Amino acid sequence: MKPSPELLGGLHERFAHAVIAYVGPDGYPMSVATDFKADPDRGVVLLQAPAGETQPPEGERVNVVFSHIRPQPGIGYDERRYVSLWGPLRRTGSGLELEPDQVQHWDEQEMTFFEYSERGVPQAHRYLEQVSAETGRTVRPKLAFGWLFLRATRLPFLTATFVPVLLGIVVAADRGDFSWWVALLTVIGGACIHLGLNVANDVFDTTSGADAANVNPTQFSGGSRVVHYGLISLRGITLLSAGFYAVGIAIGLVLCATRGWGLLWLGVAGVLLSLFYTAPPLKFVHRGLGEVIVALGFGPIMTLGAYYVQAQRYDWEPFLASLPVGILIALVLYVNEVPDRPADAAAGKRTLPVRLSKETIVNAYAASVAVAFGMIVVFAAAGWIVRPAIIAVLAAPLAVPVYRALKEHYDNPYALMPAMGKNIQLHLATGVLLILGYLIAIVV
Amino acid sequence: MGVLPEPVEALLETALVSELTVIDPSGRPVTHPLIPLYDGDVIYLTSSILFSKKLEHIKTNPKVSLSITDPVAVQTDRFARVTIQGDAQVDDSDLHEGWERVLPLWRAKEPAIDFFLGKRVALPLFFERAVIEVRPRKAFLWEGGRTDRPPQVFEVAGVTA
Repeated sequence: MKPSPELLGGLHERFAHAVIAYVGPDGYPMSVATDFKADPDRGVVLLQAPAGETQPPEGERVNVVFSHIRPQPGIGYDERRYVSLWGPLRRTGSGLELEPDQVQHWDEQEMTFFEYSERGVPQAHRYLEQVSAETGRTVRPKLAFGWLFLRATRLPFLTATFVPVLLGIVVAADRGDFSWWVALLTVIGGACIHLGLNVANDVFDTTSGADAANVNPTQFSGGSRVVHYGLISLRGITLLSAGFYAVGIAIGLVLCATRGWGLLWLGVAGVLLSLFYTAPPLKFVHRGLGEVIVALGFGPIMTLGAYYVQAQRYDWEPFLASLPVGILIALVLYVNEVPDRPADAAAGKRTLPVRLSKETIVNAYAASVAVAFGMIVVFAAAGWIVRPAIIAVLAAPLAVPVYRALKEHYDNPYALMPAMGKNIQLHLATGVLLILGYLIAIVV
Repeated sequence: MGVLPEPVEALLETALVSELTVIDPSGRPVTHPLIPLYDGDVIYLTSSILFSKKLEHIKTNPKVSLSITDPVAVQTDRFARVTIQGDAQVDDSDLHEGWERVLPLWRAKEPAIDFFLGKRVALPLFFERAVIEVRPRKAFLWEGGRTDRPPQVFEVAGVTA
């Protein structure tokens, strides 16, 4: 592919010198720095001829490279960029002239290093296959077990389980129903189902091609990618997911047997919604139901389940208390889906950011936050949840930077990252304050 | 003092970036910006498997050249430009940890590497790396960076042409 006139025209502003690389008569490459001037209208680069035995051969194809970094003493460097051109070189009256017909380039201000690296994953796999063939042993990338477990399970996202489960427990405790061992089993069981879901999500994102299509993963979006990177086999991650579900289901059955079979339908619903979030044949997230499923699963289902095993009955209060938490966790997914939308669209995942315009997505975020905190105010004022729970509105300002970032950095995944973190804090802080409100009500 | 003349070594020891030129199977020169590390005998460069085409090319044709050309990326009072030709070898026997043997040299030039290494979990494939060892055979030095003047040429002792 020929370089564009814009690329050639910008060379002089972005680079101080060129390096001409060619293969010498002894078979070794030779590379020489020189001054240059681009002529974008003619599609050529004019180069000053080096002196002495380092003269490039006329008429042969050479590589001309422009490279720039800005050193940051004591740290390293930034502003990395390069342009590499190939083409025939000919001598003119004033020097040398390259007519490039091939180009490669990268500028970290145009494509982040993370994306640049992600685009190299297929090459990494090709190289690993070659090394495996050369050495006769399977060569795989590695990660220390602890880090691999953390990455594969996306452990920090467990806050999404802890908040609704603990909320259900404190609502029951406020009504005089509390058992330590049941609470502990509920937290462990809920966490296992959540981790099973996280890991299963990676199984199906790998098999559907969503991971391979996504070159803009972030700390908060794009899944764990452990299978895509070759850190774990598909079989290994499938077994891990099945193991988490097995433990979670077993704990659920123990709770059913000891606390009441009324939990069964809720537990079955929770496991099925979790499993078929990405799994065929239902693939809820592919049908645009992912946000609703997450709101239900990490809101009413977990809170009501945690309440039921303590109180051994269902009530409206835990359901109402869980609604803002459900909305806010759905918003975590919703914002995290914004940078994933090209890859999700390519994999057939019709998430809300895939289907709706930027304006709608941003406005719907603000409206949903308003509804979540409006519910807290109304429910607490009406006495449908305990009054001290109104302190949860103190977390509302955390939504402001998220809203602003969505407006300003909608198309820039890495600039959105701080907002994604803040949005997780919004859910966590609101949940913790709701729980604290209940604890205050219990104590006072 | 190592195998290369003092002014060349001074550049290698401070340069934050160099241009490594390898030859692809079609005979085309391909140049990659990389950090050069030097222990007085061998020039070391490391390459992630994410950007490993250069490693494939070196395995096919070990003849390489390495240039230091950017005055901004070299901290020296007497700037010069240099090109070193040599024979390269790829060490990919332990992609996960083998490259850490050059970490002290890397750390001296780019202290931030320890910070990035601490984030290995975020970029696991970036830190699966091969070491490229370049044994110099000939060096071209342009005092003041003036390539419009003929370079001083140094043959490395003990290397047969």
